[in-house]
Amino acid sequence: MTLIQETDFGTPCRVSEALVVLEIDGKPVTVPAGTSILRAAAEAGAKVPKLCATDNLEAFGSCRLCLVEIEGRRGTPASCTTLVEPGLKVRTQSPKLAKLRRGMMELYISDHPLDCLTCAANGNCELQDMAGMVGLREVRYGYDGENHLAAAKDESNPYFTFDPAKCIVCSRCVRACEEVQGTFALTIDGRGFASKVATGGENFLESECVSCGACVQACPTATLIEKTVIEKGQARHSVVTTCAYCGVGCAFKAEMQGTEVVRMVPYKDGKANHGHSCVKGRFAWGYATHKDRILKPMVRAKITDPWREATWDEAIGHAASEFKRIQAKYGRESIGGITSSRCTDEETYLVQKLVRAAFGNNNVDTCARVCHSPTGYGLKTTFGTSAGTQDFDSVDEANLMVVIGANPTDAHPVFASHMKRRLREGVRLIVIDPRKIALVKTPHVKADYHLPLKPGTNVAIINAMAHVVVTEGLVAEEFVKERCDVAAFEQWRAFIAEPRNSPEAMEGITGVSAADVRAAARLYATAGNSAIYYGLGVTEHSQGSTMVMGMANLAMATGNIGRPGVGVNPLRGQNNVQGSCDMGSFPHEFSGYRHVSDDSVRAIFEEAWKVALQAEPGLRISNMLDAATDGTFKGLYIQGEDIVQSDPNTKHIAAGLASMECVVIQDLFLNETASYAHVFLPGSSFLEKDGTFINAERRISRVRKVMPPKAGMSDWEITMALSKALGYPMVYNHPSEIMDEIARLTPTFAGVTYEKLDRLGSVQWPCNEKAPEGTPVMHVGGFVRGKGRFMITEFVPTDERTTDRYPLILTTGRILSQYNVGAQTRRTDNNVWHDEDVLEIHPFDAENRGIRDGDLVSLASRAGDTTLHARISERMQPGVVYTTFHHAMTGANVVTTEFSDWATSCPEYKVTAVQVRPVTRISEWQRQYQETRRLTTQIVGTTIHGT
Amino acid sequence: MVHMANQIAIFFASYPKEEAVAAVADHLKKFWEKRMRKQIVEYVAKGGGGLHEVALEAVRRLQ
Repeated sequence: MTLIQETDFGTPCRVSEALVVLEIDGKPVTVPAGTSILRAAAEAGAKVPKLCATDNLEAFGSCRLCLVEIEGRRGTPASCTTLVEPGLKVRTQSPKLAKLRRGMMELYISDHPLDCLTCAANGNCELQDMAGMVGLREVRYGYDGENHLAAAKDESNPYFTFDPAKCIVCSRCVRACEEVQGTFALTIDGRGFASKVATGGENFLESECVSCGACVQACPTATLIEKTVIEKGQARHSVVTTCAYCGVGCAFKAEMQGTEVVRMVPYKDGKANHGHSCVKGRFAWGYATHKDRILKPMVRAKITDPWREATWDEAIGHAASEFKRIQAKYGRESIGGITSSRCTDEETYLVQKLVRAAFGNNNVDTCARVCHSPTGYGLKTTFGTSAGTQDFDSVDEANLMVVIGANPTDAHPVFASHMKRRLREGVRLIVIDPRKIALVKTPHVKADYHLPLKPGTNVAIINAMAHVVVTEGLVAEEFVKERCDVAAFEQWRAFIAEPRNSPEAMEGITGVSAADVRAAARLYATAGNSAIYYGLGVTEHSQGSTMVMGMANLAMATGNIGRPGVGVNPLRGQNNVQGSCDMGSFPHEFSGYRHVSDDSVRAIFEEAWKVALQAEPGLRISNMLDAATDGTFKGLYIQGEDIVQSDPNTKHIAAGLASMECVVIQDLFLNETASYAHVFLPGSSFLEKDGTFINAERRISRVRKVMPPKAGMSDWEITMALSKALGYPMVYNHPSEIMDEIARLTPTFAGVTYEKLDRLGSVQWPCNEKAPEGTPVMHVGGFVRGKGRFMITEFVPTDERTTDRYPLILTTGRILSQYNVGAQTRRTDNNVWHDEDVLEIHPFDAENRGIRDGDLVSLASRAGDTTLHARISERMQPGVVYTTFHHAMTGANVVTTEFSDWATSCPEYKVTAVQVRPVTRISEWQRQYQETRRLTTQIVGTTIHGT
Repeated sequence: MVHMANQIAIFFASYPKEEAVAAVADHLKKFWEKRMRKQIVEYVAKGGGGLHEVALEAVRRLQ
């Protein structure tokens, strides 16, 4: 086991067809035009000292260490800012250069604490390395002159410290914040000797810093350093793995001491993140060892009983026995399972296999039901497959981005940084969102158009844009003729051209100026490469699937599909939403999106699994709970999900669960759903198991075990044990064998092996004989379904209407520092930024109700009511309020309703009619919640868990 | 259940009647579990009040 040390080439890689040949230290070197001499030297193996240069930042030329000599030229130019030219003869080492470099190092060290032996960066400090490399032996200036050694340390950030005494003012942190992250929170304040890194706030915590860690990573000294490194020391080995937070799927090096994580460092070769990270993946991993982890299986007869610790055999035996008893009494269809987008592909595959083969029914569903199921339906119907069309790097070739119902800076922050970089480079931007999300106006980025539509009117807007395309002659006629079902197109064209779909006709519905819609549509159709990126603001509506198809229609009509730079791209919420769907977690389809009623497909699985399988679709999550309330569904196995907190209409969910006879929860913590469980099986974190995740760009990446499962079993092993106890043994010795089975049975995964993933780093499905190294861009040359299919997308207003009693619209979402139900991030220092859900409300609506910033307010809908504190915000439009669902005590989903997408039952989280008013006490539901939680989380012989 | 069936019917109602009815029936077969289909079939057998005409026709084809 080794500590992975990535090569730093000093300046970014350049791509050019023109190659330049030069000579460095007597050796010929060939590099793309535009490459710096510093990088060319590094690629040729010549080590040139450097401090202000690093290869994820543009050259700066301030440290004067990377000086070189060029034959025939005067002086000693900085190799980082000097580009290669044909025939140059460069010397990187000479007595003169050595003297100059030593002189520079003397100046740096004369104002630097001489505490190397006790410094946290000892052994991993570029300043220390450079001092060694240039042969520094003395500092002629001494150490008694004016210096910065007494500068106060800033320890305000929970995860890293800033010690200005150690700063060499190389600006790497400032440039990383600008170029990599795009936040511009840091600057160099003052001039000359007074120059110092400043945050623009009182300290890092009070500044605009988003704690992405880019500055810490860029720092060549111990000025910015992780607190865990200060506490534990340098790591001794590292393992490349994949982040378990959002759908970006960042690759990280887990830097370790034995089985203890010292820090998580974004991996430069990660194809989704290219060495960048966000506050969650970089720092919020402490939950894995949090004291709330349940490490022993537990059982209880009734949900009002305290939990009792049990052996694995007892707990699994009890669960299996109960499931068998229930099926014997109520029938084969009376139980089911829920897979998790937080678990690996291999684990979700096993859970659906257990349901289909061991339970003998198709009652399996996944949390994608409540987020991106309309993406699956809509894109499969129009294009032929249930996935986004592009890789993230496709944005490098886009001329225009349309961001619809997504807030990437909060929910997909690393890709948002990539987007912001492209926007600063001049890519145009249209934002379609009820809120003024950060991308609308952020440093050096301003959307060309922000269409602040009323919640629930997405389809009206997309139809209006398509109307402009069709009626103003902007259709890519050749593309449509060649690539699409022409009859369906003509049917759609006639529909969309009707005056009722015009921007003017829709203006009263959407609240968006017709002129802006027309201008945005023209821009989309004529920009060259136009790419749509969308999130749950598209899918979580009663017309979620319709909207997905509406976007697909628009992309096809303008020819913006099937090449880099374009496409229809869902930004998946959780780390493995794509994978859990790919693995056959939906009740109607096997892995690879093949319907259970297809006899030929079913025969393949029956042959492999040696069991007869059902041809009928099973129950969706919401239907399981309905059936539970009706008395026909009595048992549920839930791996890694917390439906009580995440799913809509909490009271309905809780009632359904409470009416079941055996609920088995497999999780890290006693989550909210566990309050209604009879068996608890302690799961393992992403650090404790092998497997794969699939991100929003269909990228399959390895998850690698860096420590043993804390409870003794990985999640895939638990599912195997349960299946065996049910009488259907599955035998795998390693998750790689599960992936081998997936590949054998799933055409789009036919070429996937762990060996290939280890060799290539990651691959994007389809990965098979036709595309052995994967498919970055889909639908090139032809759609998966053959001809692209236009669908008629009539705008239908939601049945959720505002009334005198509930005059405001609530829309819910996420925030940067917390993740989903917060089970992980609430157990980290991320709570510093968001320790409660708040209600954002426009000043006009607040004033009308006598609400001041910070007031406790009641948020009530026809489904239920809760209380939370108000935050007055002009990000909101009048009439619309917003909150997050990260904290259980808030119970945001007590308020959301049962309305859902027509095709997939994805809940309409984004539109709930509510009333808001100031109150002085928490709601009745919250009081009951506290009591229920107290009663249902007691463990015999231990303290109460209830975070 | 009636609400859900009507939502499906309203989406496909933009298509010619025969196409719409077939599409709704196909959707119910592909995505609705059999006890749900049984319930809606029984509901239609009792008159099917409140169901969109396309949904009503589609459910009849499930029988």
